[in-house]
Amino acid sequence: MTAEQPFLEMRGIVKRFPGVLALNDVTITVRAGEVHVLIGENGAGKSTLIKILSGVYPPDGGTILFDGLPVAIRNPHDAQMLGISTIYQELNLVPDMTVAENIFLGREPMLLRRLGVVDRKKLDRQARELLAALNLQIDPRASVRSLGIAQQQMVEIAKALSLNARLIVMDEPTAVLTAHEIDQLFAAIAALKARRVAIIYISHRLDELKTLGDRATVLRDGAWVGTVQVADASVDQLIRMMVGRDLTEKFPKIQIEPGDEVLRVENLSRQGVLHDISFQLRRGEILGIAGLVGAGRTELARAVFGADRFDAGQILLHGRKVDIASPAHAIRKGIALVPEDRKRQGILAHLSIKHNITLTALRDFSRGGFIDMRREHAHAQDYAASMRIAAPDLERWVHYLSGGNQQKVVIAKWLSSRADIFLFDEPTRGIDVAAKVEVYQLMNELLKRGAAIVMISSELPEILGMSDRILVMRGGRICGEFTRAEATEENILDRALRGPLVDRYPQTEATA
Amino acid sequence: MSNAPTRDAVPPAGAPRPHPLFVALRRLPWGRIGMPAVLVAMAVFFGTINPNFWSVVNLTNVSRQISILALISIGQTFAILSAGIDLSVGSLLALVSVVCAQGMLEFGLVGGIVAGVLAGCAAGLVNGVLIAKARIPAFIATLGMLVAARGLALTLSGGLPIAGLPHEFLVIGAGYWGPFPLPSVIAAAAFVAAYLLLSRTRFGRYVYAMGSNEEAAVLSGINVVKYKIMVYVVSGLCAGIAGVVLTSRVISGQPTLGEVQELYSIAAVVIGGGKITGGVGGIGRTLMGVLVLGMLSNGLNLIQVSSYVQNIVVGAIIIIAVYIDLARERRR
Repeated sequence: MTAEQPFLEMRGIVKRFPGVLALNDVTITVRAGEVHVLIGENGAGKSTLIKILSGVYPPDGGTILFDGLPVAIRNPHDAQMLGISTIYQELNLVPDMTVAENIFLGREPMLLRRLGVVDRKKLDRQARELLAALNLQIDPRASVRSLGIAQQQMVEIAKALSLNARLIVMDEPTAVLTAHEIDQLFAAIAALKARRVAIIYISHRLDELKTLGDRATVLRDGAWVGTVQVADASVDQLIRMMVGRDLTEKFPKIQIEPGDEVLRVENLSRQGVLHDISFQLRRGEILGIAGLVGAGRTELARAVFGADRFDAGQILLHGRKVDIASPAHAIRKGIALVPEDRKRQGILAHLSIKHNITLTALRDFSRGGFIDMRREHAHAQDYAASMRIAAPDLERWVHYLSGGNQQKVVIAKWLSSRADIFLFDEPTRGIDVAAKVEVYQLMNELLKRGAAIVMISSELPEILGMSDRILVMRGGRICGEFTRAEATEENILDRALRGPLVDRYPQTEATA
Repeated sequence: MSNAPTRDAVPPAGAPRPHPLFVALRRLPWGRIGMPAVLVAMAVFFGTINPNFWSVVNLTNVSRQISILALISIGQTFAILSAGIDLSVGSLLALVSVVCAQGMLEFGLVGGIVAGVLAGCAAGLVNGVLIAKARIPAFIATLGMLVAARGLALTLSGGLPIAGLPHEFLVIGAGYWGPFPLPSVIAAAAFVAAYLLLSRTRFGRYVYAMGSNEEAAVLSGINVVKYKIMVYVVSGLCAGIAGVVLTSRVISGQPTLGEVQELYSIAAVVIGGGKITGGVGGIGRTLMGVLVLGMLSNGLNLIQVSSYVQNIVVGAIIIIAVYIDLARERRR
């Protein structure tokens, strides 16, 4: 098989769901040893396409050719037999078993086959060989639970390799990884390419696509838009293909003269998590909080929101000291937290869009505990329209929406609480470029209406593009503060990686 | 309820197209009309074999027989919707019965009824506090209550029925309101109240929210502790009312009433389509589940299926109902 000859061809794939044409005549080919990036906005059909490829959904039309022969992939087992492995965002490992046991689950080398006795030495040795082939330093006898999320991904990749995978599908693998972990993943991908394994790679991060991809296929609204050589295509061109128009501004920042101080945090500490944190937030500004995963940013937001207790320090709202004992309390004081983990903390999957949106505002239109259904509906319609949530109707379960639309529902829920202080934790994680811009524009709207925003983000371009001021956190401390003018990727990263951990962060040094 | 044929990635050329009638049947909104359709089919089936099934006397009987199960299933619906469970409701029937009877001998008719209902609420409150405040899993907390309440009922009564209740008390269990038996009327009123509570009030909405995603509910500012306690008090209240009705039906305080009724109430919820993990279901669906169970036992009696075999059928129905729900969900 030459590099020019695709070994896999999905031709004219059609998939219908009730009321939606999810895929309309989509064609994609894959060659051995290539990284084929699949991009498109949320709801463009990427996930549906790979679910068909991995046997989760049957297609309603079209042909799949493998080595030139038509094949039926009726279930995940069929896909595995063809050498197609899929690594989903939710990993499929048994946490209390070892790395080696997970890799060879169900295919363990046997010492005494009759008695079902596993040859542990051979098991560990084979696992070690596989991990070495991927340049990974993971102990095959470590329990999976003890590994970080990135290393767990590597175990999944090793498992795919042990199944003689010819094609590995990765669904947004870097969404949950830190910068260093992403490097590890990319190294593993290079090792896979060297072994002539093909990779279909789904990502929202266009910068990754440029470093990683050989070819890219763009989907929009369930239709194939084009397949390009990544080397020949500019990022702007790809964005244009994805959204069908030019995105003039990726970060539509507006400048508003900051008003009164609305939030002041003084010497906030929580044993082992937060150390002596102080900052203030003014009306009309976005305060960006940068830092690595685990720097304490989410914990800080949760403490301010009353979701976690703290040991020392105080919080002042509009100049007055307040005691925020619970999220319910924080909401009544006008604070909103859009949490980082949409699935676990944001959406209520089996409630309708309407009931999600109005959850924080029911008090406003109920009397004696009874909800005024007509006002509730009108309210939900207003907010769904202003967030441009794409759904046939508001009675639909949020479960069935795309990631971007789910995030819009979560934000709409918080808008409807009528807060004036918004804590956004990774507000654009896992959503597409166009939806990101909509989220930014919404932040602008909030600022114009006199709100103040704290934005925690791991994406530096977003921090730099949207913040008025930037705090950098490391090890539960604030270790740097920059104005919009001063901040660069370099000085933020420097602080995030090497900022002082012991000393109280000195004001003068940060602005130097 | 129709099963889609599994399709190959490559449909063979000239594959037979499904019959148009079959296609039309598949398009029906089974989620909404599925359970009523099953009920109608069952009624037609039993009525054809034994026309007595359709007699007014029989249907009146069915409605009276299912009223106890109906009442405790209402409470169970709240518990399961909130991603919990209430295993204690069967034992609570016995505890309520004993407290009601002793209270009646002590304080008279009304005093006994009030004491019985309050006993149910109090037990529910204990359940709720254990679950919401002490964070004991609902399964364990109410399992403890199941055993303890039965023990308390036996202790209070010395293990013997309590007789000598006033004659007027018979009215609740045996009386009529127009043509309708009073227990059925009470259950129907409870259904209406529960329906309004679940679909029209903040409390109801929060029950769904807690059951769908408790963490998100907390972060949305819902006082989960308070509303969880309320859920189990409602369940205890339902058991209290059911216990009083049952005591009137047997016109004595009985410490042995209600065994395994908690399991039938769970069955009613899931047969109706409530999700055992919470967040999905509703009072209308539970009503369907109660009707299926009630009609099944009555119909099987009428067509002279032995009670041993009846249990096999009921068990199978529980599993089939949940399987159909799961299959529908997977298809979406």
